[in-house]
Amino acid sequence: MASVTLKEVSKSFGAYDVLRSIDLAVEDGEFLVFVGPSGCGKSTLLRVIAGLVPVSKGTVSIGGNEVTDVPASKRGVAFVFQSYALYPHMNVARNISFALETARMTKAEIGRRLTKVAEMLKIGHLLDRKPKQLSGGQRQRVAIGRALVSQPKLFLFDEPLSNLDADLRMEMRFEIAKLHSEVGATMIYVTHDQTEAMTLADRIVILNHGSIEQIGTPRELYDHPVNRFVAGFLGSPRMNFTSVESDETGSTLIGPDGFKLSANHASVRQAVTLGIRPEALEIVSSDSSNCIKGIFERVEDLGYEQIAYIRLSNNTIWTVRSAGAIPAYDSGSKIGLRWKSEDLYLFDGKDQSIRIESFPQPPAIEVVR
Amino acid sequence: MARKSQHYSNSTYRKLRFLKRAGLYFGVLMVLAYMLFPYYWAIISSTKTPENLYSFSLLPSLNFGNYISLFHNPIFIGAILNSAFVAFSSSLISLVVSILAAYALGRMNFRLSRMVLICVLMISVFPQVVVLSGMFEVIGWLGLYNRPTALVFSYLLLVLPFTTWVLTSFIRDLPQELEEAALIDGCSRFRILTHVLLPLMGPAIASTGLLAFILSWNEFLFALTFILTDENRTVPVAMGLLTGSSRYEYPFGQVMAASVTVTLPLLILVLIFQRKIVSGLTAGAVKG
Repeated sequence: MASVTLKEVSKSFGAYDVLRSIDLAVEDGEFLVFVGPSGCGKSTLLRVIAGLVPVSKGTVSIGGNEVTDVPASKRGVAFVFQSYALYPHMNVARNISFALETARMTKAEIGRRLTKVAEMLKIGHLLDRKPKQLSGGQRQRVAIGRALVSQPKLFLFDEPLSNLDADLRMEMRFEIAKLHSEVGATMIYVTHDQTEAMTLADRIVILNHGSIEQIGTPRELYDHPVNRFVAGFLGSPRMNFTSVESDETGSTLIGPDGFKLSANHASVRQAVTLGIRPEALEIVSSDSSNCIKGIFERVEDLGYEQIAYIRLSNNTIWTVRSAGAIPAYDSGSKIGLRWKSEDLYLFDGKDQSIRIESFPQPPAIEVVR
Repeated sequence: MARKSQHYSNSTYRKLRFLKRAGLYFGVLMVLAYMLFPYYWAIISSTKTPENLYSFSLLPSLNFGNYISLFHNPIFIGAILNSAFVAFSSSLISLVVSILAAYALGRMNFRLSRMVLICVLMISVFPQVVVLSGMFEVIGWLGLYNRPTALVFSYLLLVLPFTTWVLTSFIRDLPQELEEAALIDGCSRFRILTHVLLPLMGPAIASTGLLAFILSWNEFLFALTFILTDENRTVPVAMGLLTGSSRYEYPFGQVMAASVTVTLPLLILVLIFQRKIVSGLTAGAVKG
């Protein structure tokens, strides 16, 4: 079956290192998502697995066999391109069956598989059309059909939904998830859209500057990011950060606006950055106890949720996300922000997470003016 | 602040637009007249009897005597067949070679590809006269002197650089992902070329093939130098050497009839491939 193992895979284009010593084990039948900012090397990594890009160093194994130097045409993987890359001169049926035709399969077998795939993706009525006569969503289905028809053990998706509009994207996301549970093959999916990553993945791989930052289930990554990059990358709006300083005794961390955190554990004293997710913040009136003060800038009402922008005394802008109604303060009015200590994230000087949850007691928050 | 600009009434803008369009069509007419008049003049002159030839008239006189005597001239008929053979062979060979070369140069990023491309360009820079004597030697060594094959061989020198160059830039403009998709589908390089790239290169192949054909069909210098006897000549040279009944009489009407006749195949080819050519000529230059 199709597990994928990468050992110390590096790729350089000239002096530029796109991938730096990537180690990765993908289990058979897993849905793995590569996510990261643009230029992080996620597409290159996918292409390395497909064999479209040769590695500079390291080995690639698929299904237990090393395939580092096996050409793409012999690896037997399926690849769905961002641009779909349908053959413009062939109709849908031929686009889908071209791989089978190349493999010299019998007409009967090709026809049987084509019918099955067309039925599965509901594109039976489109088989005679040319790609340019199809809508974006239909093209996407054909591209997936082309991948499905050779019944590979490994599917690779390179940002397949990024050319679709929001509605279709959601629909196709659902279809791909359904496909994975029906086919049961290993799937590796590249995206820069964290919603896609969170909803589709069994495990997410977060890449940055050609290295893996963290691998884990969506929940793990969201709740326990290993460093500031991961913490800031997942979640929308992103996590709020502010710098903190240790006081001269070292027993207290001082944040903006008289905010104090008891350093009840040795590792807390290494913290230089504090993070808090927008949904963990609560807006209260500015004279409430134990709150830090901020200036209400504006609110965005998305219907199902509201996002408020608050300027802190040190001029950083924090966002507050709330499913309920945020009171309509005037822009410029003073408000207070409050949160619970267990919702707090702390990062040390190297931006690594300090695991608060492992402490017997979370550090206590106190605001003194 | 108010912008300082002149505003006309709606009807004035409408008139202005009309004037601009009229001006454009007038310009087009002028260019067309400039380009088509010589051909029209050739048609008129070719249908005149020798006596009428020097009287001025813009209307054809529909006397086909020149054409009849031309088509009874075995040398001219032979020349047309030679030309057809030479032009077809050299454009076909150059297309096959340059498609293969273009795929290699345009897609496989090997270290020397840039060098090779520059060399190809350099070759097309040399004037024909410079290579003439060297080419003459080569053709002598190959034993091709006074054979139409010599022309096929030598025209490759003229045609190949430019077909290779145009097709290379066309292949470069085809999306890389198509080729990768074909690789994933298990295709060999050759199958990618024949089943994925070639069908998409129709416009480029039509236009470069046609230009190659025109170039070989019209070529004069090599055709004059490498061919000795009348029965092996191609049309441009045969026309140049057409003689009248005495050496002082230039068969002007027949030459005109011949030039009309040899232009016809080109016109027909252009009309057949017209649509493809338009998209092909721009495709190489700017991605659209």
